[in-house]
Amino acid sequence: MKKPVNNKAWFLVLPVFLLVAFNALIPLMTVVNYSVQETFGDNVFTWAGVQWFQDVLRSDNFWNALQRQLLFTFIVLAIEIPLGLGIALTMPKQGFWVSVCLVLMSLPLLIPWNVVGAMWNIMALPDIGLLGKAINGLGINYNYTRQPVSAWFTLVLMDVWHWTSLVALLCYAGLVSIPDAYYQAAKVDGARRWAVFRYIQLPKLRHVLTIAVLLRFMDSFMIYTEPQVMTGGGPGSATTFLSIDLVKKGIGQFDLGPAAAMSIIYFLIILALSWLFYTLMMRHQET
Amino acid sequence: MTLELRNVAKRVGAETHIHPASLMMADGSFNILLGTTLAGKTTLMQLMAGIQKPSEGEIWFRGRNVTHVPVQKRNVSMVYQQFINYPNLSVFDNIASPLRVAGMERQEIARRVGAAAELLRLTPMLGRRPSELSGGQQQRTAIARAVVKDSDLILLDEPLANLDYKLREELREELPKLFAGRNSVVVYATTEPAEALLFGGNTATLHEGRITQFGATPETYRNPHDLITAEVFSDPPINRAAVVKTGKTLTLFGRVAWPVPKPALALADGSYTLALRPHHVSPVARREAGGSFAGRVLVTEISGSESVIHVATPEGTWVSQSHGIHRFDVGTEATLHADVEHALFFDSAGKRVM
Repeated sequence: MKKPVNNKAWFLVLPVFLLVAFNALIPLMTVVNYSVQETFGDNVFTWAGVQWFQDVLRSDNFWNALQRQLLFTFIVLAIEIPLGLGIALTMPKQGFWVSVCLVLMSLPLLIPWNVVGAMWNIMALPDIGLLGKAINGLGINYNYTRQPVSAWFTLVLMDVWHWTSLVALLCYAGLVSIPDAYYQAAKVDGARRWAVFRYIQLPKLRHVLTIAVLLRFMDSFMIYTEPQVMTGGGPGSATTFLSIDLVKKGIGQFDLGPAAAMSIIYFLIILALSWLFYTLMMRHQET
Repeated sequence: MTLELRNVAKRVGAETHIHPASLMMADGSFNILLGTTLAGKTTLMQLMAGIQKPSEGEIWFRGRNVTHVPVQKRNVSMVYQQFINYPNLSVFDNIASPLRVAGMERQEIARRVGAAAELLRLTPMLGRRPSELSGGQQQRTAIARAVVKDSDLILLDEPLANLDYKLREELREELPKLFAGRNSVVVYATTEPAEALLFGGNTATLHEGRITQFGATPETYRNPHDLITAEVFSDPPINRAAVVKTGKTLTLFGRVAWPVPKPALALADGSYTLALRPHHVSPVARREAGGSFAGRVLVTEISGSESVIHVATPEGTWVSQSHGIHRFDVGTEATLHADVEHALFFDSAGKRVM
């Protein structure tokens, strides 16, 4: 059978095509372009092959930054996901306090990253900051500009403060969508609180938790502003995560080729890990 | 008598959800709660189960006052309109869950689950998860969970409402067989009069939180004590009109004269409300038919073997339900004939007088 051909359809998909081209394809291809060529001023390009990729993969800087990045993301996820879930479980389901909780929870989410960084920067100052002074007052030696542990502690705390709300709100939305009849049925069965959580709430939250983990993973894996504002990646290179390393390479040293190669590797790592998370969490879900 | 409600009422704030109600349901009986949405069926069931506490009155079960015994300690099971199963447990584990909570032995659990699955034709699905089942099978699983533990009280809250027509018919046929020969008190809530008639047993009609009548299903259907019961227990809705009886003549719609049916001759002259089920109104005149009237046709619904004709009268829409195909164009005048012999008469307070 011959299908009728209607070329008008091309005009209809043109806007979307242009949009995708300009905000995804062209920038991506530009990066690919830089990653395989050597460039100087005056728009002169010479072919470099996989040179930059080899350089990046052989550099200690990259591997150290990647390790720090993985550790940071792991810690942040390990705290934020259970904590957010816990908060969502204890939030009221109806009444006056629901809106109070929701507003309070959303507040941190509305604050821009650099403001969060600046806020905590000041708050954690060991001599005049509320947090820094308090910790030092407890007899613990705390100084985030000098001690890597303090810097990490501050960054993790900041991220938890900033983003746990997001996990909590997502989980809360998932929880309130579970029909009451489920809880009632469990009650009729005589199921205990833990069984209700394990066999009703957790399975019903699977999708929402997947989304929360993915969002938090991607976002924390790309963290840039907060460590940049806090310590600029220091002390030493203690908080130099992948994006900070990348920016140093690309904009600080103007090594466009290696920076482009690193961008692509960075992108592929995020893509691969996201895919892994998603597959793992959706393993048993056929529908 | 096993399950007994004594003047049980439920109020929430200023609202009365259930007006004081008294009911007695015997062991092994099948009881139907019939009423429209928001009539209070679910609340009444939750009171029976112990999920909600009554504001006043007492609930007795097998000679014991269980008013304040929580649902976990009452040996109750419940099936809902939504298909409620544990989402990540297999069908086997779902059915076994109430037995496991009760701490039953492994082999006994396996035996009972096997039997319940056999009964509900779920044996091939025991290893699957609820999401891999059809709606009918999911609801079967929920029903199996309810019957597996030999509950004293089994509550079914519109269990067939979310199923498609074919599956509903199928389960509707199986349900009574499932409970026959058991010692449990079964309570089944539905909005459909036809379902109540099909199941038999006893029916309680509910309207706005009030039990209007409770008794054997056919009896409640044939002999409603008041107008509300007659209305709740009729689908399509029962036809009603204000009538004036003078001697041997009934005047309805202010102008149509019908002969007074024999048993009603004893009624004193005066105003009544007459109610007539749709299947006693027909477009074809029958010999014993007593009265007729004309009205403008609003809708005609024709199913394979039945015609339902909606006609405008001065007192709202009247519906005729009759065998055979009767075509009437919308807007035309149709003459309908009523079997006055079957008319129900109510006084001004809605109480049945004949």
